[in-house]
Amino acid sequence: MAEGTNYLTETRGLKSWLFTVDHKRIGVMYFWSIMTALFLGGVFAMLVRIELLTPRQTIMSAETYNRMFTLHGAVMVFLVLIPSIAATLGNFVLPLMLGAKDVAFPRLNLASYWIYVAGALFGLYSMIAGGIETGWTFYTPYSTSAGGGVTPMVLAAFILGFSSIFTGINFIATIHKLRAPGLTWFKMPLFVWGMYATSIIQVLATPILGITLILLLMERMFQIGIFDARLGGDPLLFQHFFWFYSHPVVYIMILPGMAIMSEVIPVFSRKTIFGYKAIAFSSIAIAVVGFFVWGHHMFVSGQSPLAGAIFSFLTFLVAIPSAIKVFNWLATMYKGSISLEAPMLYAISFLLLFAIGGLTGLFLGSIATDVHLHDTYFVVAHFHFVMFGGTVIAFLAGIHYWWPKMFGRMYSEKWARVSAVLVFVGFNLTFIPQFIMGSRGMPRRYYNYLPQFQPMHVASTIGSWVLGLGFLIMAGYLFASLRKPYDAPSNPWGGATLEWETASPPITHNFETTPAVTHGPYDYAALRSDA
Amino acid sequence: MSRTDAGEPFLQHHFATPEQQFEAGKIGMWLFLVTEILLFGGLFVGYGLMRSRNPAAFSEAHHHLDRILGLTNTVVLLVSSFTMVMAVHAARTDRRKRLVAFLALTLVFAGVFLGIKYIEYSHKFHEGLLPGKFYSHKGDTVPGQFQFFSFYFMMTGLHGIHILGGIGAILWVLRRSVQGHFSSRYYTPVDLVGLYWHLVDLIWIYLFPLLYLIS
Repeated sequence: MAEGTNYLTETRGLKSWLFTVDHKRIGVMYFWSIMTALFLGGVFAMLVRIELLTPRQTIMSAETYNRMFTLHGAVMVFLVLIPSIAATLGNFVLPLMLGAKDVAFPRLNLASYWIYVAGALFGLYSMIAGGIETGWTFYTPYSTSAGGGVTPMVLAAFILGFSSIFTGINFIATIHKLRAPGLTWFKMPLFVWGMYATSIIQVLATPILGITLILLLMERMFQIGIFDARLGGDPLLFQHFFWFYSHPVVYIMILPGMAIMSEVIPVFSRKTIFGYKAIAFSSIAIAVVGFFVWGHHMFVSGQSPLAGAIFSFLTFLVAIPSAIKVFNWLATMYKGSISLEAPMLYAISFLLLFAIGGLTGLFLGSIATDVHLHDTYFVVAHFHFVMFGGTVIAFLAGIHYWWPKMFGRMYSEKWARVSAVLVFVGFNLTFIPQFIMGSRGMPRRYYNYLPQFQPMHVASTIGSWVLGLGFLIMAGYLFASLRKPYDAPSNPWGGATLEWETASPPITHNFETTPAVTHGPYDYAALRSDA
Repeated sequence: MSRTDAGEPFLQHHFATPEQQFEAGKIGMWLFLVTEILLFGGLFVGYGLMRSRNPAAFSEAHHHLDRILGLTNTVVLLVSSFTMVMAVHAARTDRRKRLVAFLALTLVFAGVFLGIKYIEYSHKFHEGLLPGKFYSHKGDTVPGQFQFFSFYFMMTGLHGIHILGGIGAILWVLRRSVQGHFSSRYYTPVDLVGLYWHLVDLIWIYLFPLLYLIS
């Protein structure tokens, strides 16, 4: 329990937050901003689902519907999933885990946050600047000819890229240079390895998106002749450029989720992580191989059969390191002393949902089945299983795991479990029907559909309400916990990584003295003998 | 930024030693340079593809560029890279007057580069050799030359923005040099701005043959 001041109370007033260079405060500001974006993106999704209750118009016009799913996709991808774990929990926890006082470039960190806010405002401005109906992928030629809101939304994605790059640069330099004495590479928590792999992709992939979006804007405004076939350009070049970033970006989203799994599962199994090095290297392998699979988004685009076959093979290859991780987590749980607090409930949800998401990815990575499933609800369900069932569920696991450290309070465990179950049930009810519909030919993004799909659309929409209820309850008990006095012990779960050695919440400089690393990150036996 | 003690006035609080701070800064700058190369990389790929599909137009269009001015600018930037190296060396060896002089000289060369670029751009504007829909040059025998000028202006424009950014950075370092901030114990900003300036130079080394020397 915290005595005296901590990073939350040391200075007060709005300015002390807006101009802070403390990684913990920046993490917290990111957290509330991203939660706001998650709420907005969730509302857009609920509206889309309500519209799809009937095969015809239900509550909105076709144009509004197109804008809704575009906003849902763009907000969730650019404002939530890409920064989510790294910018919030990563910012907060990474320096603590390294025994450092801050990230390497604290002011760059603050700049990254403000750039995020600026990008978010641009994105929302697109709503009143005429709206955007291209989907979050901004495919040409529609995006070079469609009106109004495309320009601000594309600019928003461009601006947000800088925010992401700055976080990546900061984390890499921090991990290289600011580890506590004795904290060698293979004594680092696996969360740090996951952040390292994520940062590599952020640094190497994001600039490609930047230049692609600039070229798109130039084509829109000046008709420079790069993506528009009438001007001698090539619309497929846009797809190549776009996916060269946007496939690696799904690993920017999922690697931090995997990183959280590697912390939560051993702590709540009371057992050392199984296969430390295999998990560490598989993160790097995913980061590297992930750069060479972008063509699997374009199997039906007319690319050469040879290219298709190579991309298909590489897609299967990138599944291997993910599977290595899953098997290692299962081996960690095997014969462990498993306790089912909220973070672990989410971790188990992750294992189940991510396994389905990953395996259905192989259906789409095989050329023959992809021709059938391309652009159907099967694809929608697949990436929601990975992005929500993977990244968001892991994010929730991480939030519940580090909440006592971040805010110094324990939340209601009972309600947290209720909410975890509702989220799991609601999610499956929403997306399993979409797998079935998709395999039967329901195309994605359609406003109207054949009456035979209605029962499954209704089930999916009801699922979205259960999911929404789960989040509502979560917001309730998390806010309620903030009204209590500080009651979290410094190490409520019995973790062995360094962030649990300082107070909850930590002091501004993180540690009273730079911690000496005397045991491994998953060495729970040493922890018991210390106590 | 908190300054801990009089001995190391520029050591930030979260670093243990000046060496650690220097090396962290260096890693950060190299990573930033990687992102810059990838940013330009997208333009290079686009240029390569469009040129390979439209070789006649690109070859014809590039005759409108003045090779002598392009070559002069190449030499100017190369020399400015050299003066930048000398500035870093002066900082490392505690010769503050030389540091100020070489930084100022680098600025002069950067200014000359932009001056020549201005002459070239005005000529293109006058002739209607402009990107995309603004292209209005009369009497072309080969169609599609606007595409070359789209890339010419995007590539040299983005490079020009980087030159402007470099000028800003050098001015900042120059001001701090005059104030006597740098010595052999602390010259990180000079070193990092130097790295950035070399990259801007390096990119031009690729732009010059791609745009001016198509055969």
